[in-house]
Amino acid sequence: MSVQNPLRDKRDKRLPRIAGPCGVVIFGVTGDLARKKLMPAVYDLANRGLLPPGFSLVGFARRDWATQDFGKIVHDAVKEHARTPFRESTWRQLAQGFRFVPGDFSDDEAFDRLAETVHDLDRQQGTGGNFAFYLSIPPSFFDVVCKQLARSGLATPENEDQWRRVIIEKPFGHDLASARELNATVESIFPPDSIFRIDHYLGKETVQNIMALRFANQLFEPIWNAHYVDHVQITMAEDIGIGGRAGYYDGIGAARDVIQNHLLQLLALVAMEEPVSFDAADLRAEKEKVLSAVRLPLDLDAYTSRGQYAAGWAGGVPVKAFLEEDGIPPASTTETYAAVRLDIDTRRWAGVPFYLRTGKRLGRRVTEVAIVFKRAPHLPFESTATEELGENALVIRVQPDEGVTIRFGSKVPGTAMEVRDVTMDFGYGYAFTEESPEAYERLILDVLLGDPPLFPRHEEVELSWKILDPIEEHWTASGSKPEQYLPGGWGPEAADAMLARDGRGWRRP
Amino acid sequence: MIIDIPSTTAGGVGKRLVELREKHGAVALGRVLTLVIVVDEADAEDAIESANKASHEHPCRIIAIIRGTSRGSARLDAQIRVGGDAGASEVVVLRTFGPLTGHQESIVVPLLLPDNPVVVWWPAEAPEAPSEDPIGSLAQRRITDVAACKRPIAALHDRVEGYRPGDTDLTWTRLTLWRALLAAALDQPPYESVSAARVVGGPDNASADLLAGWLAKCLDVPVTRTKASGVDGLLSVRLDRESGPITIERPDDENAVLTVPGRAERRVSLPRRTAAECLAEELRRLDPDEIYGEVIREGLKRQHETGKTTRTKAKVRR
Repeated sequence: MSVQNPLRDKRDKRLPRIAGPCGVVIFGVTGDLARKKLMPAVYDLANRGLLPPGFSLVGFARRDWATQDFGKIVHDAVKEHARTPFRESTWRQLAQGFRFVPGDFSDDEAFDRLAETVHDLDRQQGTGGNFAFYLSIPPSFFDVVCKQLARSGLATPENEDQWRRVIIEKPFGHDLASARELNATVESIFPPDSIFRIDHYLGKETVQNIMALRFANQLFEPIWNAHYVDHVQITMAEDIGIGGRAGYYDGIGAARDVIQNHLLQLLALVAMEEPVSFDAADLRAEKEKVLSAVRLPLDLDAYTSRGQYAAGWAGGVPVKAFLEEDGIPPASTTETYAAVRLDIDTRRWAGVPFYLRTGKRLGRRVTEVAIVFKRAPHLPFESTATEELGENALVIRVQPDEGVTIRFGSKVPGTAMEVRDVTMDFGYGYAFTEESPEAYERLILDVLLGDPPLFPRHEEVELSWKILDPIEEHWTASGSKPEQYLPGGWGPEAADAMLARDGRGWRRP
Repeated sequence: MIIDIPSTTAGGVGKRLVELREKHGAVALGRVLTLVIVVDEADAEDAIESANKASHEHPCRIIAIIRGTSRGSARLDAQIRVGGDAGASEVVVLRTFGPLTGHQESIVVPLLLPDNPVVVWWPAEAPEAPSEDPIGSLAQRRITDVAACKRPIAALHDRVEGYRPGDTDLTWTRLTLWRALLAAALDQPPYESVSAARVVGGPDNASADLLAGWLAKCLDVPVTRTKASGVDGLLSVRLDRESGPITIERPDDENAVLTVPGRAERRVSLPRRTAAECLAEELRRLDPDEIYGEVIREGLKRQHETGKTTRTKAKVRR
């Protein structure tokens, strides 16, 4: 926008930005993501007064529904999953902008009806021709849906005041080649600036807080380097199994599902240099730089580990082994646990290994980044005094129990000098989280505003596949099977051996 | 858990708070500010409840200080509420009697959290100059609510006279979504300048006055403030532009209609927000609200000088 809006003032910090007139079309409205996250997020935004007047939501699915049936689905989803209290007036207002278009992705007529619906909304709701298309569908359908959008004229704005955007979710391919192919498909229809890739981790307050912690404080940055940091552990553990996702999960596995996107994004935010500004371009430049400096270990057998959960007990419940899950072939070599050591070839991180791990059916659901510091170079105590002193650590708890923990030694009360580890804790407040916005609220709002910093670009996706592909290839070529591990624990023994080889051990998160 | 401590001192209350923290651990962790509520017995419970709700977003220590009768001997009755009775906060209710009612700051000071910001909130009547009040002067943010005063327009006048950076008023907070909608409307093409504006609201509606003042300050055009008898809320705003007016109307306190020339009417839910929601918004910013300051100091005056005030009977469309 070239003209300065007289009602906006940088100092007016309480004034929220509301998007211009617009609507969202969701493909795959019947899916879990749409019901549990997207629709509640849309409602919560409306309830907070952040959606533009006349906001419209169009559902598209192969269901024999009328708009009322769709409204009922959204209503139930909102009642069950929304974060903010249900307000009848907000709901009634929002529901006026609901439309449903039944049809198949291959059905030209259905997309013509969708185009008509969109034009009707422009007239009835004043959406002004601004629409975002949320592809909450398997990537194999991206091609056909994008082509249909282009064919029905929905993919391109009708004049320069309008915008059309497309939102896609991970997985962005399953290796470098497929990621490029997928990208080519979407970019053949939509320009790069109109493609919003959602990695919902980047919408989390705790993840954005990594930047605040690092760059707003004087306290941490001086020690944020190889002089003081011994190593970094990034963990994303789930206590559940694969559930009903066998079809998606088999052949993908933990590394592609989680390490390629969430964990490498966390690594980038923790390890990157200070961006010159938080503009999308500057932020991406730093993330891309650090991702391109990631080096794989030479001995991939020794420094990667994969596993599959066995049958057993987890959290007091008997659970099936991965290979016994419905839809998983008994000979599957898909891993449900993956751990890798990565090094970063920069002056800041030379010699500091980053250990990444993720798995299903682990001890508990937790995502955290632990910066583990070197031991003090000299301890002027009796050796018996510091036997129980561990390494100092700074732990960023991404979820749940969002916050930051600092671990350091403290004197045990008593006459003898004895030092033991204690923790200092910053919680986002035990009830604070209930009021802090969900990742999807932030991300949907940013799409509507056309604000891109929190969305990875294709270059980042490619770089992360370049890191992961050799590991996957090595695993396939080795012909070995993933190690079985007991559910409810912290993964296979090989993962422990991997750190033990470096004289280190995994934290118990 | 509610603990009553009759006839005590600030020291006694502080000691009890430390005891509770040691016994129950989590009680006082992660507090980001101290919120002092200065209130009468009649408004106390509502105010504490609103503050408890706001504390879910801003974990804080709430000190509610209730002035009792100034006759009789000096006495302090305290009550500590933690856990389920206090939201995400710990609440200290202090009732003062006798000569102590004139020295309430002496019991507030020892109970403030170290280092953390202090916010004072007067849910109803407030001192003429909040920043010169003994308790107000302890705080970096002072929140008042002229709409809850007996004579809102006179109270607004006090706010203007007594303004110091760090003051804000909930009548300003209640405008945020209106202002956001107006700003968002001007974000859209055509980017024409506004030639005049008009704000319609109840005669005693200080929010409408502030909105008119804000528009006068930002747009530098004559703004008419129309006082509609028979209503108390904010009814409508109109911005005149060459291609036609932008209007936002809220006939029923819940839903608003935005009209822009050449476009379909667009509706949006714009309910009156609760005190808890407004307070939570207020606590999000602990630095002075400079825009509010400019509206109070210049905007209102400019609106009076360049615009006019008219009266009308409200047409309530339901």
